[in-house]
Parts: sequence; C-alpha cells; structure tokens
Amino acid sequence: MIVSRRQFIRTGVAGSLLLAFSGWLNAAGERRLSSEERAMLAAVAGALLDGALPPPGDERQRLLALTVDGIARTIAGLSLASQREIGELFGLLVLAPGRMVLAGVGKPWREASVGDVSEFLESWRTSRLALLQGAYGALHDLSFGAWYARPDTWEAIAYPGPPRGYF
Amino acid sequence: MHDPIRAGLAAGWKHIDAATLGKGQTVEADVVIVGSGAGGGVTADILSASGLRVILVEEGPLRSSSDFRMLESEAYPELYQDSAARKTMDKAINILQGRCVGGSTTVNWTSSFRTPPEVFAFWQRHYGLRQLSAESMSSWFAVMEHKLWVRPWETPPNQNNKVLAAGGEKLGIPIGAIKRNVKGCWNLGYCGMGCPTNAKQSMLLTTIPAALNRGATLYTRLRAERLRFSGGRISALDCVALRPDGIHPSGKRVQLRARHFVAAAGAIGSPALLLRSGVPDPHRLLGKRTFLHPVVISSAVMPERVDAYAGAPQTLYSDFFLHQAAIDGPLGFKLETPPLHPVLYATTLHGFGAAHAALMREFTRVNVVLALLRDGFHAESQGGQVRLGRDGLPVLDYPLGEVIWEAARRALLAMAEIQFAAGARAVTPVHETAPLYSSWAQAKKGIAELPLKPFLCRVVSAHVMGGCGMADAPQRGVTDHRGRHFWLGNLSIHDGSLFPTSLGANPQLSIYGLVARNASLLAAELSGRPPPLIP
Repeated sequence: MIVSRRQFIRTGVAGSLLLAFSGWLNAAGERRLSSEERAMLAAVAGALLDGALPPPGDERQRLLALTVDGIARTIAGLSLASQREIGELFGLLVLAPGRMVLAGVGKPWREASVGDVSEFLESWRTSRLALLQGAYGALHDLSFGAWYARPDTWEAIAYPGPPRGYF
Repeated sequence: MHDPIRAGLAAGWKHIDAATLGKGQTVEADVVIVGSGAGGGVTADILSASGLRVILVEEGPLRSSSDFRMLESEAYPELYQDSAARKTMDKAINILQGRCVGGSTTVNWTSSFRTPPEVFAFWQRHYGLRQLSAESMSSWFAVMEHKLWVRPWETPPNQNNKVLAAGGEKLGIPIGAIKRNVKGCWNLGYCGMGCPTNAKQSMLLTTIPAALNRGATLYTRLRAERLRFSGGRISALDCVALRPDGIHPSGKRVQLRARHFVAAAGAIGSPALLLRSGVPDPHRLLGKRTFLHPVVISSAVMPERVDAYAGAPQTLYSDFFLHQAAIDGPLGFKLETPPLHPVLYATTLHGFGAAHAALMREFTRVNVVLALLRDGFHAESQGGQVRLGRDGLPVLDYPLGEVIWEAARRALLAMAEIQFAAGARAVTPVHETAPLYSSWAQAKKGIAELPLKPFLCRVVSAHVMGGCGMADAPQRGVTDHRGRHFWLGNLSIHDGSLFPTSLGANPQLSIYGLVARNASLLAAELSGRPPPLIP
C-alpha cells in the first residue's frame, strides 16, 4: 500500500490516541474475549486462513470458532506485558473508529468480507508504521498458531503428527 | 518410559512449587542461584559437590519426560518464554528461549560447539580476557563434553540436513557434522518440545538431579525480583511466587538469604534482575551489548519428501561464510538446518491466505536452511540493550542496522544457491514481499533487489548473549573473567550474558565450559578448599 504523507501522519496521530484510549479501557487486567473481539478475530482469521478453511458455511464457522478459542488460550499463556499489548490492539480494533481509521474496514466485523479484511491485513503487513506491522505480525502468528496447533488441520499438509505407540 | 525426575521427587528431592505456597517464607543457604538453565544447572552441580547448601530459583515449571508429548500446543506455553513468542521491543525479532527447569537446555536442538578460538582471541585483544583461550578452556570443555555425552552423531542425517550437504557438495562449500549431547537418542526429531525419551543430556537430566541428590533445594514458579545489598555485599534475594498459570504473581513472597548469589537467568533475565536491583553500574554497561545471532531463513520446495519434522534436527552445518572476511569485517554467518513443525513453520512463514495455504500444503517437501549472523564484532554491530518495561519486566531493544541487512542479503543468496544446487524446485526467502523463485538465476536477481527491513524480512533468534560482559576492568565490562561482579563482592554471573560478543556458534557448550571453570573457582573459595588443578 502506498500511503500519502498526510494519511501517514493522520494514521499515526489517530493511532496513538486510540491506543492510549484502548489501553485505558483494557487496564483492568485478566479478562475473557468479548463477543466483539471474537467477531473481529473470526473475521481476521477467516482472511488469514482463507485457502486452508473450507468454503463459507457452517463447517467454516465451526472451525473459525475453534481457532478463536485457540487464540484465547494462547493469549492466556503469554506474559502479562504481552497480554496487555494484545488487549490494547484488540480494544482498538473493536472500536468503530479504530476499525475504520486504522484498519480501513467500513463494515462491522461480522459483515466484512474476506476481501475487505484481506485488504486491511495487506495494508498493515506492508505499512510504513512499525506499530501496524508489529500488530499484523501478532494477528498472523496467533491465527496460524491456533490453526496448526490442532491435529485435525494436519492431514491437509500431510503431517502425520508425532510418533505414537512406542512408549 | 522411566521418568527419572518423577522418581527423584518420589524419593524425596527438595522441590518447592512456589505456586502451592500458602504463605511467604524466608530461607537461608550458602548460595542462591537464579535460573536453572545451562549456567544455573552446572553451578548447582559443582557447588553442591563441594558440600555447599544450594538453592536454585526457577521462574518456570518443573516438567519431565512424562509431560513431553511432542505437541507444540503443550510445549510452547509450558516450556518457553512467552509461549515461544518472546519479541524484541519493536516486535521485529522473535526469540526462542526456555522457561522451565533446565531452561533452554530442555528445549534446544542439542547442537554442541566449543567456543571458536578466534572468538577467544578477539576477547583477549578487546576485553583483556587473557585468562581465556581455546587452550586454557579445553579441559573445561572436555569435562563437560564427557559429562553431557557430547559426541559425534553417527546416525545418517535426516533428509532436511542432507539438502544442505548435497548443495554444499555441488558448490564446493565444506559441510561439517554437529556434535550432540545425547545418549541413546531415538532420532525422533522433537528435541524442541522436551525430550520424551530422556536421551538429551540437558540440565534437567544431569546436573540438576545431581544437585538435588545432594540435598539442594529447587524452587519453581518463583520469580527473582530484587537483590538487596549494602556496603558492597548482597544480603538477600526477594522473590515473588507465581500462580499455577506461571504468569500472575500469587501475592506470596519468598526471601532467600545466602553468603553468595549467582545470576544465571539468561542474557535477558540476568541483566534485568541486576537493573531492577539497582546494582552499581557507574560506566552504564549493564544490559548493553546484548547479542542474538540474528537468524534469516530460506525455505525451499524439494522434488521429494523431506519430512523435516522427523529425525535429529541440526546435525550438519557450514562455517564457510564465517571465514570469508576478518572477524570484525562484514558479518559472517553460520548455516544450519532447523526442524520444522506445523506451528513453528506456519507462524514463521510470511504471507497469508491462499499463498500461505499453498506453501503449507508442500509442508512435507519443505527444506529450510537458516543463517546465524555473527553479531558483536564489527564496529557497527553493537547489539541491543535490555531495559525494564512496565512492572519491571525486561524488554530487549535490538535495532537492526545496515551491517545486519548487508549480511542478511549475502546469507539469503548463499542459502538459495545451496538449495537450488541440491535440486530445489523453488526457493523463497522468508520475507513478506519475496516471491517463490523457480531458478537460481531468478533468485539471484530477485534477492539482490529485495528490500531488507524490519518486519519485511523475518528475523528470529534462539541465542541471547551478552549484557553482563566480562572484561579486565570495570570501564569495559560488568564482571571479571570469573564472572565476578566488579562492584558487589558476593555476586557472580554464570550464563551467556557474560559473553562480550556473540560466538558464531550455538552457545550451550560455551556456557557449560565457562561456567564449569568459574563455578569450580567459586566452590574452592567458598568451601575453603584448594582451587581445581585445571588451569
């Protein structure tokens, strides 16, 4: 994505304001994912894992829900500092202004298409802002980590799983 | 499968899981050691063998072969710092580091190299460490190689390693065999998730059981918070107990008192403990010059199955590119082949959506070669800095400068050429904008033009070193050649944070050898016995 200087500055300023605000929102510490966060993560994972997921339908929704559960488990195992940063990122993305200004996704997450979300991920992936590139990296690693941690995803990549039965 | 750790616990080892403490406590010993990895394990063994009462403090949990089920979903959250997703401050580098009893030795890939002679020579020239050389250290390395079964690996390399060998042979690049610290290894390939067969001779299986058999005390899920000192001596270590999740403080506190204290919490943990404690640092050296062997990665699709998850990982290497220029010239790099498992590979691999899924479908045909860049020798490679973040937890700021990227480009080119020479159908550097190249000519042109920047080019590390560097004088280092802190008389540092530069080799054996020497000198001093005869 080629970002104009003006857009870059606007995103930077808006981003830090939003991050400060969402940080305050999430300062309370340990908590479960909200339904807004789950919807956002399902949309993000749906785009990242497109190609590994089955076509739209109940099965895709079921697998996305399992992936979001896996992401929640992963986050609960991170250091408190990492949990706080992830909380700030999620808090930002579920706020409509954050979603629209920073991610450029106009529709609510539940309604956003794979194309909309992919465009947002692509813009962060190649952003000039380290903050957004780092945030993309977190979403990437959480989603792919949660997906390929599950044995039912291994057949598609011909991985037989660890040796069994010799112990 | 016999589990020697569970057997030891049943036989009465003194292990206290701090997550189960109902109230705080104060305990006294001769020596308190913070960290149970390569440095802490060897120290506990040697000091306890001298009759000293030792307490080992570990932030992570005690896990053993019965728990090691070769599953990434269990191993990463249980055994690694930040679930194997520890990052540098700007998030541009992912760091693999152990966080369990045995530290990184419980989860490493068993590669064992002595500290290269040219590294000792550099330390002598630049840091006045005349006591340390390949000759003076050779007995200490030999002792630890014997103790930890460091031996040539006789089993044929797995297919993933054979690709490196085949490419090297075609191009006239010498490839060597890596010694491994294993005894009766089953060649399964799951070293990174904890050895399920107790073949890997990690600290978990060797030095720590030896110390526990002599009555040492092991605390787990206990975080060392602050050293208390006055008048140039430390009196106590304040610790906070963690909850069973290993993450949240439980509110219970433990104070450990001793004659001597050893920091062996790794090159992020040890500088952070000293920074939190506010130990004297008049020359502002603490936490600085932290090195990572920044790693760049090249992924190839081979015509036949590679199954890089199976068989001993990292059994072959090449140092050819370490020796193309002076040690302080353009950064050299070491080539090795890591194991691949679905989570590790999928999270490291760039891109998303259909392109990512297509590469993942080739998983069993993928060969990966990695290059460890030798940082800390070139005048412009000053490494990173450990600082304290909110809550006093450490953050490592490691800027990736031009000298790193110049070497990264050479490394990506060298790896692609080797992979194509070995018959690769396609090669891609792990980089956000790199395509899948289908020939060496195409890769050569493409990689030469690839924009190399943080986040675009994937950089990882499994070797954190430095931050409490040794030197001959306090103007140049944090400790002397014995790891003794220059300002606090009863504080030693016994881990990879001692290294004044990186090594250009996987660090475990360098830590074992140096710490065996320094712990032996310390044991003699504290027990009043004559020092060891090894020079």
